[in-house]
Amino acid sequence: MNLVLLFVSAVLINNFVLHYFLGICPFLGVSKKVDAALSMGVAVTFVLALTAVVTWPINHWLLIPYGMPYLQIVSFILVIASLVQLVEMFVRKTSPPLYQAMGIYLPLITVNCAIMGLALLASLKEYGFAETVVFGVGAGIGFTLAIVLMAAIRERLELADVPWPLRGAPIALIVAGIMALAFLGFSGMIK
Amino acid sequence: MTDILIPALAMAALGLLFALGLVLAYLKLQVPEDPRLAVVADVLPQANCGGCGFAGCRALAEAMVAGRALPESCPVGGAETARRVAEILGLSAGQMVKKIARVHCRGTWTAAKSRGVYRGIASCRSAHLMGGNKLCTAACLGLADCVRSCPFDAMAMGDDGLPVVYEDKCTACGKCVEACPRNIMELHPEAEEALVFCRSHDRGPVARKLCDNACIACNICVRDFPEAIVMDNYLAKIVDESRIPRDKLEKLGRCPTGAIGRIQRISHDR
Repeated sequence: MNLVLLFVSAVLINNFVLHYFLGICPFLGVSKKVDAALSMGVAVTFVLALTAVVTWPINHWLLIPYGMPYLQIVSFILVIASLVQLVEMFVRKTSPPLYQAMGIYLPLITVNCAIMGLALLASLKEYGFAETVVFGVGAGIGFTLAIVLMAAIRERLELADVPWPLRGAPIALIVAGIMALAFLGFSGMIK
Repeated sequence: MTDILIPALAMAALGLLFALGLVLAYLKLQVPEDPRLAVVADVLPQANCGGCGFAGCRALAEAMVAGRALPESCPVGGAETARRVAEILGLSAGQMVKKIARVHCRGTWTAAKSRGVYRGIASCRSAHLMGGNKLCTAACLGLADCVRSCPFDAMAMGDDGLPVVYEDKCTACGKCVEACPRNIMELHPEAEEALVFCRSHDRGPVARKLCDNACIACNICVRDFPEAIVMDNYLAKIVDESRIPRDKLEKLGRCPTGAIGRIQRISHDR
């Protein structure tokens, strides 16, 4: 039950994009088309889940027992960079069109603060292994939800009569702000 | 001592572990790349000017290898690059004509009548919106958008307010053609000798009032070379230069305003 709650919380209430404001770069950069946004979301979810799986043992079996939690950031960066490389190779091998569509944003997952945020938050909140993985998957699905919703809205905005000075990035930022406000409504679900 | 040693060793071990993992993954997942791609990419000029219409030299190389672009697609590399690319890909290079950007205006500060002093943003594009600084609406604005657009330092602004093109540096990438709001720059085959130095379609008396060097549609050149030159809406137009015999080129000097004539070739090392 606790895990279900944690999952729902990570997806809706403590949504990485709309509550923590992590991972804004791909959220604004790859949210022009729903297809690309969905693939980006799936890639980020995959990296988030893998990061959760790999960073927990490193943190709990290596860094904390040997008294070097100050190396968390360095070792997490190492993990994330390697995982993104792996995902990039995998995507390039299995789906060249997807590789083309994600373009520069795929390597940019390396420096996506959502991934780093997950590893550090999980450590900060002292989650167990199962909790960390659920948190990671939930965060990924929350990110995917946010970016796909954003992309769908922006596809409609293309046809809307947006005032000239607000076209493009400004209206995207306004939409993101309103979405964050809307997601605030979920906070009543959990005490 | 161990305070430093253990973390250092732990980090090194972690790094090694992930490196090993990546190497194994690479062996399993590597995508075989066409070996010709790297070679073709090396032959291209690496200017990434976009003159070919692709995103950069790398993208053009990919298109060439995939057969989506011809070996002579690179305007900058010219015939030599085309030949080497064709050699690598086992194709025959098409005939490629070397081109040079030419300035179609002789409306210098003194020749063209001034409309007034322009004190806006120092850019031809913005001056053009205001109607320009010269009375002739086809004249060069002299604010050097073309010179700034040139990625090869092949252009400079002359003292007379007109840009000059250095033939030895011009690669015919076409950036200046795009940059000019008045369409004064145009690419011409290097071998061509004659050019119309005017873009004004104003009728003769009007054009003569606006600029000393304008084409006034007097038809002298058309009468001299009826097969090569036509009068297109009060502006002489060379339709087929090959019909002007080389030894008769001097006859173009009969133009009363000098709006048509031989090209002066300027190179940077002069």
